[in-house]
Amino acid sequence: MTTTEVSTSSTTEAQGSTTEAQGSTTEAQGSTAEAQGSTNGSEIGRDRRRKEDARLITGRTRWTDNITLPGMLHMAMVRSPFAHARITRIDTTDAKAATNVVAVFTGADLGEEQGALPNAWPITPDQKAPAHPPMPADRVTFAGEIVAVVVARSAAEARDAAELVDVDYEELPAALDLKEAAAADADNGVLAHPDLGTNKSALWVFDSAEAGTGGDVEEAIAKARTDGIVLEREFRQQRLIPAFMEPRSVVVDPTGEQITMWSATQIPHILRFLLAAVLGVPESKVRVIAPDVGGGFGGKLQTTPEEFLAMVIARRLGKPVKYTETRSESLMAGHHGRDQWQRITLSATKEGEVTGLKVDLLADLGSYVSLIGGGVPVLGAFMFNAIYKFPAYHFQVQTVLTNKTWTDAYRGAGRPEATFAIERIMDELAAELGEDPIKVRERNWIKHEEFPFTTVAGLEYDSGNYEAATAQALERFGYDELRAEQRRRRESGDPVQLGIGVSTFTEMCGLAPSRVLGSLDYGAGGWEHASVRMLPTGKVEVVTGASAHGQGHETAFSQIVADRLGVAFEDVEVLHGDTAISHKGLDTYGSRSLVVGGEALVKAVDKVVEKAKPIAAHLMEASIDDIEFAGGRFSVRGTDQGMAIGEVALAAFAAHNLPDGVEPSLDSDATYDPVNFNYPHGTHLCAVEIDTETGAVKMRKYTCVDDIGNVINPLIVSGQVHGGLVQGIAQALWEEAVYDDAGTLVSGSFVDYLVPTAADTISFDVGHTTTPALTNTLGTKGVGEAGTIASTPAVVNAVVDALRPYGVTDIQMPCTPERVWKAIQGGGTEATEGAAAPHFSEETGMSGTADRTEGAGQ
Amino acid sequence: MTRIKLTVDGASVADDVEPRMLLVHYLREKLGKTGTVVGCDTSNCGACTVHLDGRSVKSCNVLAVQADGAEVTTIEGLAQDGELHPVQAAFRECHGLQCGFCTPGMIMQSVDLLAENPSPSEEEIRLGLEGNLCRCTGYHNIVRAVQHAATGGEVTA
Repeated sequence: MTTTEVSTSSTTEAQGSTTEAQGSTTEAQGSTAEAQGSTNGSEIGRDRRRKEDARLITGRTRWTDNITLPGMLHMAMVRSPFAHARITRIDTTDAKAATNVVAVFTGADLGEEQGALPNAWPITPDQKAPAHPPMPADRVTFAGEIVAVVVARSAAEARDAAELVDVDYEELPAALDLKEAAAADADNGVLAHPDLGTNKSALWVFDSAEAGTGGDVEEAIAKARTDGIVLEREFRQQRLIPAFMEPRSVVVDPTGEQITMWSATQIPHILRFLLAAVLGVPESKVRVIAPDVGGGFGGKLQTTPEEFLAMVIARRLGKPVKYTETRSESLMAGHHGRDQWQRITLSATKEGEVTGLKVDLLADLGSYVSLIGGGVPVLGAFMFNAIYKFPAYHFQVQTVLTNKTWTDAYRGAGRPEATFAIERIMDELAAELGEDPIKVRERNWIKHEEFPFTTVAGLEYDSGNYEAATAQALERFGYDELRAEQRRRRESGDPVQLGIGVSTFTEMCGLAPSRVLGSLDYGAGGWEHASVRMLPTGKVEVVTGASAHGQGHETAFSQIVADRLGVAFEDVEVLHGDTAISHKGLDTYGSRSLVVGGEALVKAVDKVVEKAKPIAAHLMEASIDDIEFAGGRFSVRGTDQGMAIGEVALAAFAAHNLPDGVEPSLDSDATYDPVNFNYPHGTHLCAVEIDTETGAVKMRKYTCVDDIGNVINPLIVSGQVHGGLVQGIAQALWEEAVYDDAGTLVSGSFVDYLVPTAADTISFDVGHTTTPALTNTLGTKGVGEAGTIASTPAVVNAVVDALRPYGVTDIQMPCTPERVWKAIQGGGTEATEGAAAPHFSEETGMSGTADRTEGAGQ
Repeated sequence: MTRIKLTVDGASVADDVEPRMLLVHYLREKLGKTGTVVGCDTSNCGACTVHLDGRSVKSCNVLAVQADGAEVTTIEGLAQDGELHPVQAAFRECHGLQCGFCTPGMIMQSVDLLAENPSPSEEEIRLGLEGNLCRCTGYHNIVRAVQHAATGGEVTA
């Protein structure tokens, strides 16, 4: 299926030229022809094959773990097996004596020198945050925390010697359950950090009546209790693990005064700043390089204990060191995501018009307040009202410390949680009204003619067209036919029932306007930086502060520059991820690279053109007022005189004949601070077949129509959508980080943490509508998180929809066959039994965990 | 230490290795074949997939000494005379990769799959790649890439 939309983006004042942006989406049967060479003005919207791929498909990639330096030493971590314990003694004698071991360090050995890991977003002034040493000396607070580091000549020898470190622990009671932890205090229950006297970190509240953005939600609910509908539901956002494919890895090379760190990180610039700020090393002495990075999904948006320890130890030893985590370490100690209980109260008139929404969250921080962990639920605070015109809204989140792995951003960060809750409860409202879930949404959503629209959460949505996306999705999906089939199966008592799930999502992305971040007490701005360097040979180097880890920036950014500057796509080289080259940036997360970083690039390119104009005018002996720029050429109005921008670049380089007072360079920088977020939206429809005899859920069809504004590269966009969908579907059906009663992560390997396989998933039907964003000149919106945000509620809504005739109104995620079967039997929706059982014990019949789906590998 | 002698990507190599050394570590650490990567500890992810005497294996699941006398092909030996293998080209053409970390293993497994079944159905492709995890693509375009390679370009992303 192929759809093509053509939209015309805004005319740019500098050139007076109109760019035609072709946002074509090609699905399975699309065209493949890839024309060679440059065609001015037609790069944007083209399905260019990626520049990144040549090294990735031939094994010539530069992963951090591939780096080997002369004399490089290897680190291995000794990690706590206990969730909460006092360290009473560490004996490193045997480890130090082991073959080729160079040093062994404990927290006590490093002391203050190791600093403390930062929390960049204290969400309230009175937020309680325990100090977070990279390697604590006295007390461990989650299973997997580092207690000693062995440094040896080889990784295997370091690992062997780590086994010889003898640690004595005095086990302490561990705060594990989120609700129990929230209820505990100094006198009752267990505290994750007894010194704090509470597990409660921060209470963050937004109220539309107080903010002046809407009415009083309590009034709305009270009114609906007597004369309308009130729905109260509690949803669980289970704990997830980002599970990027490349394990995290860090190499530190101290060379005299200067220090270079290579790290598999999403945030080289932020890391450099924080290494300097925390460790007291001058920022100018630190170079951080994120070479090719194998996925992140938020999971590499962290300043990690491992990075800080590598830095401190490399400096102590004066030698390069490397640390690469094992997958088990990655799953156990890399930050996790989600983990909320959500109490949602929705009030509506009898006719199904929503009058108020009240959201009360408990969010599990794990044992520390990570870099932006406390802020993740706050990112969701503005999204529970989603695409709807709710007159009253109240949001509050209590963040809670527990003795589990710290949590932070995972693809969507706060917004999937919000979208899940609202889209689930809108379906519940439809069920209450006995009407189609599309209809209840239509009644409450913002109509396309009502944009720009200021929401009850105080955001201004610049553009959107929910009607158009929904209409296309219904058509592509064959909604009416599937509903008819559903009726037939219900009437015939088919043991395989069909469920249809709807999710109409929006999100705020393109993090973020700096002053908004400032108003939320975030520790940095949200701008992005770009430079354009014109080389004398006519080639162009582009430097971006965004830091790709799979997104294809080198390709998409080349397309933008090629169009804007009128040079060949092949002649543009995009440089990123090295603070010595890209000295300034705020990195990649929150679907920000294109909409913020791309806009910075546009502004830098425009400056190049402006700098070239007087030189071109001088060389062509014309007045600057007569110079026009189009298609990569400067021409003199009304004549056939002209010269290419490459010629101007060469003239600037030679500098033999420049106008007086003009610098011999076209190179330009720009830093762009977005004026608003942007708001992609879409309608996702999912059909599942449920075998009511076994509880097995099989996905039958998935259609999504996303409006992400103008598309730079449809191939890359489709990839982002597909991958996002599967991560969201995985939350609905398979993935969960499960802890046992002792606080041990039992889903600590890919045997137990169910990242879906090709055999678990289906091909998707992806379409687009295009309403260009009005807040950037490219008219683009973020796409990186859309699929993940939208798909989870679509799938769970489908599962619940299939089972409504059985009296099922909710199933806790992941909707495993066991949970589904039990729901059908009326057995409630508690956690899956056996999910936290040991693999090999008499209790479980030596058969291990019960809820493995198909796809266990070969 | 045990002496092994084998052919890797067409070159004869010989080394003394610890008997416990895994093939993937031999390839990466002794030969510098860093195109083959390690993604897990449990043989689930398949990122380390190579060909051993023409069949795909997870090289984290094979000891280096077991490869003594064998012929090993890694992702780095797939292209011939500067020409990409058709499956490599198909992954690029169909955008079957994003971060690229699973890609070497995914390509090696796909080559093996097509050698065994030159015209697989979508289901056969999905089952054939079940032992290789990808976190970026949602597998949609990986399936298209294998179909593309199988049909000589008729199926595209």
